[in-house]
Amino acid sequence: MAKLFQLNLKKNKLKFSVTVTLKKDVLDPQGKVVENTLMSMGMVNLKSIRQGKFFEIEVDENDQKKAEEKVKMMCEKLLVNLIIEDYKISKLI
Amino acid sequence: MRSSVIVFPGSNCDRDIAVALEKMQFKNQMIWHKETSLPKTDLIVIPGGFSYGDYLRSGAIAGKSLIIDEVIKLAKNGCLILGICNGFQILTETGLLKGTLLRNKNLKFINKDVNIKVLNNKTQFTSKYKLNQVLKINIAHNEGNYFTDSKHLQELRNDNLIAFKYCDKKGNTNLDSNPNGALDNIAGIFNSKKNILGMMPHPERMIDKLISNDDGVNLFSSLLN
Amino acid sequence: MEITNEIVERHGLKLEEYKTIQKLLKRDPNLLELGIFSAMWNEHCSYKSSRIHLKKLPVQGKKVIQGPGENAGVIDIGDDDAIVFKIESHNHPSYIEPYQGAATGVGGILRDVFTMGARPIALLNSIHFGSTTHPKTKSLLNGVVSGIGGYGNCIGIPTVAGETKFNETYNENILVNAMAVGLAKKDKIFYSKAKGLNKAVVYVGSKTGRDGIHGASMASAEFDENSEEKKPTVQVGDPFTEKLLLEACLELMKDDSIIAIQDMGAAGLTSSSVEMASKGSLGIELELDRVPCREDNMSPYEMMLSESQERMLIILEDGKENHARKIFEKWDLDFVIIGKTNNSKNLTLKYNNKIEGEIPVEILATKAPVYDRKWVKKKVIQKKIDIKQLKKIKLEDALIKILSSPNHSNKSWITDQYDQMVMCDTIQKSGSDSAIIRIHNTNKAIAVTVDSSANYCKSFPLTGGKQVVCENWRNLISVGANPIAITNCLNFGNPENKEVMGEFAECIQGIKEACEFLNFPVVSGNVSFYNGTNRKNIFPTPVIGGVGLIPDISKTLNHCFKKENNNILLIGKTFGHIEQSCFLKENFSISEGLPPEINLNNEKNNGETVLQLIRKNLVLSVHDVSSGGLLISLSEMSIGSNLGAKIYKPKKLANKFEYFFGEDQGRYVLEVEKANLDKVIKMLNDNEIYYENIGKTQVKNFEIESEFNIDVNDLFKINNQWYNNY
Repeated sequence: MAKLFQLNLKKNKLKFSVTVTLKKDVLDPQGKVVENTLMSMGMVNLKSIRQGKFFEIEVDENDQKKAEEKVKMMCEKLLVNLIIEDYKISKLI
Repeated sequence: MRSSVIVFPGSNCDRDIAVALEKMQFKNQMIWHKETSLPKTDLIVIPGGFSYGDYLRSGAIAGKSLIIDEVIKLAKNGCLILGICNGFQILTETGLLKGTLLRNKNLKFINKDVNIKVLNNKTQFTSKYKLNQVLKINIAHNEGNYFTDSKHLQELRNDNLIAFKYCDKKGNTNLDSNPNGALDNIAGIFNSKKNILGMMPHPERMIDKLISNDDGVNLFSSLLN
Repeated sequence: MEITNEIVERHGLKLEEYKTIQKLLKRDPNLLELGIFSAMWNEHCSYKSSRIHLKKLPVQGKKVIQGPGENAGVIDIGDDDAIVFKIESHNHPSYIEPYQGAATGVGGILRDVFTMGARPIALLNSIHFGSTTHPKTKSLLNGVVSGIGGYGNCIGIPTVAGETKFNETYNENILVNAMAVGLAKKDKIFYSKAKGLNKAVVYVGSKTGRDGIHGASMASAEFDENSEEKKPTVQVGDPFTEKLLLEACLELMKDDSIIAIQDMGAAGLTSSSVEMASKGSLGIELELDRVPCREDNMSPYEMMLSESQERMLIILEDGKENHARKIFEKWDLDFVIIGKTNNSKNLTLKYNNKIEGEIPVEILATKAPVYDRKWVKKKVIQKKIDIKQLKKIKLEDALIKILSSPNHSNKSWITDQYDQMVMCDTIQKSGSDSAIIRIHNTNKAIAVTVDSSANYCKSFPLTGGKQVVCENWRNLISVGANPIAITNCLNFGNPENKEVMGEFAECIQGIKEACEFLNFPVVSGNVSFYNGTNRKNIFPTPVIGGVGLIPDISKTLNHCFKKENNNILLIGKTFGHIEQSCFLKENFSISEGLPPEINLNNEKNNGETVLQLIRKNLVLSVHDVSSGGLLISLSEMSIGSNLGAKIYKPKKLANKFEYFFGEDQGRYVLEVEKANLDKVIKMLNDNEIYYENIGKTQVKNFEIESEFNIDVNDLFKINNQWYNNY
């Protein structure tokens, strides 16, 4: 019984990653400072850096489409400040 | 006694610490972070503030600046180094002090007067205080929640390297008297040679009774000895 | 591109205004020029609806060095020292993105102050939110408070005072007003007036991005349901860069390199260049290819209208370029010569060696429309509330209700998030009547405070306007300061509505009368119209920021009781005016009737006498009586000190609620030692001041004779729970 339950649990888990970055035209003070510092440290081929946030999200759901919908909702309702940020959802394993 | 205050872009307690040092008769000079060498000095102070805006991690970018190599060199030769607030964060980023400062437990900036207790008064920074003396000192930070691994914590305890702990008026250290979630209520630590002190509270804000109190004075007068 | 009516309207310009533009230019503008007109002619930059009323305000005085019209006002505080200060609104951006909106509001007002050569030494704010039960209020409160703290803490300027209020009138339109105070030398004030031909026009600071394009137009349009989609206009603040800009500018200001300097605030490069040229009656030619840009392919239109933060425009003296460049490069900031002054009296914009736009400066700056908008006097509705007709409550319960309400609860949840001590000159932090900041390295200090009374202004704008000025004056007096001058932030609804315009006109009249009488001039300010949504306007909310001087730092006071067994004196007459009181609002949800009247004579006499008592060291603590009335003032004096009080009821008491909660103006509570009592009373009698000896301080218990007796610790707890439970 216990084993079966565990199996089910595994089957029902879908994992996603969400990357949140500032929208293209929004000033990214943090990215700018990191970029300048790396350049002054001699990282010559560096072109540009944008700083963002990363979330790993597990959803108790076996329908991928539904799960993605849920993650999307989480993003728009909480994780992302849509006024200044963009996000990208990717499926992990 | 000669002191040098390192100024980073975004340091903002540099003037305050300079005022305190001069009031306590240090011969002080301000050193811009782009310098590559330090003049002769007995004490180096890394002041509070938001060096590089606290971007990436507080203290991280300042930890990579030119002058820091020189500070590390002098530290190894036994020069006294005091890091306050952002200065403490920078010292942990450079590795001169172990551990790190995480975001405050309540995820908010905290500015208030808190009580701290002197745990070791047999150092060059604290000799004028009494053991277990309770001080009232101002804190002002976003990331003051000290954390380190259990091995280092043991070392801090065994070797008497904890300088100050947050406490209540009577000196009790407990959850209620811990403003930011710091491990073991730690407010300041020494390195193993006790020539480096990093602390979150601001002693330079406590040298004038009109403004606050003078609980910070003895830290500077200990150094003068 | 043809300019259609739709394009004109999208720029926030009326069709008649567009016709005026055509007439003045004697041709059609192109899109870039239209954008520039929209930026210069909107309400925010042109003051077109408010100008004729603002003219009435007293702006001069013996201590005024610079009144309205520059980046900030300047006053003389003796010994060659000057205080530079101003308040400004950032309401609309803060509703859309509370953290960044509030943060950039702080950044903007700081630039206004250090542009003039002053090092900022204090920040204040006045923030107003909707009902605490409104679903957005909590996140707006969190965002605004952390935004204010985020910026001020990082740049290292103490946030020392402010007010936070909740009222359903702000449900869809919060107010975020930030005030900055700076210290300069009297002979080293910098202005925005350009002088000389062929002088270099220099761009310094951050790069230009597409932030806030048309932000100033946004601040001049009402919100509608789609306002949350107006996203791309949000600016992100970078306090770190501002700190560098501050230090670099102050470093350059040490010598005579700068002819004129202006920050790029609302309408960025446009308003800064036009302002400098217009004040100097000169022309400016800009080569836009040189503007440092953050994004690729930015058009001249975008560059001219961008509201990217942390930028300044400087006109340099000949031969100072290398010296100035070195300073800005030391601080890792952009430094680019983007143009020069000339005698064309035009704003000329070149891009790729082609003239993309050319407008006579005078048209933009001084020919903006001025409206004498229709306004009507407020219909004054007299309504006397008879307490005996209301549900019976206990005095103690009414007190507890007020002390635990959001508007009267202790605000340390907010103020603990602000660094109040950095710079180590904060003698009195927020929580008393005014904050006190020592002038660095001297024996003198300034007192600063912000005040507003929206419900008074709503029910009777003329009295409301007077009252806010008087309350501000009283708050400065209470800590021992000579009130010197004010700045005002006038937050109102839609000026095209004649009732709103009437509220504006009458509040201004009230402010004028009080300022004139008290010799308390207005030296800077800001007007914010169109606060409201879908035709629902906010309560008229003029916010007054005042500055006073304390010549001797050993003679400052706060509101906390100092010792037991001292006499408690109430200065000023208590009539028991209960309408518009916080007592009726909190306990019975009644907000009808008129606010208490202002007697400017008494106000002045009482205030000046209290100040004399303070200067003669005859009183130990002082607190003004304002919202909540006498009982709230007394309990605040207890809570702050952990000392209690025993208060006797006056013999001829009409109604105890009216006596203890009435909000009659011009009153102060004083704590006087027995040894000084006769001297104090003599002085009060000599100056014909009405007073009552109402009780004594005591340990531990706060007590009203034959009413209640409560432990001060309990009062403290009652006063400190709301924010932590919200």
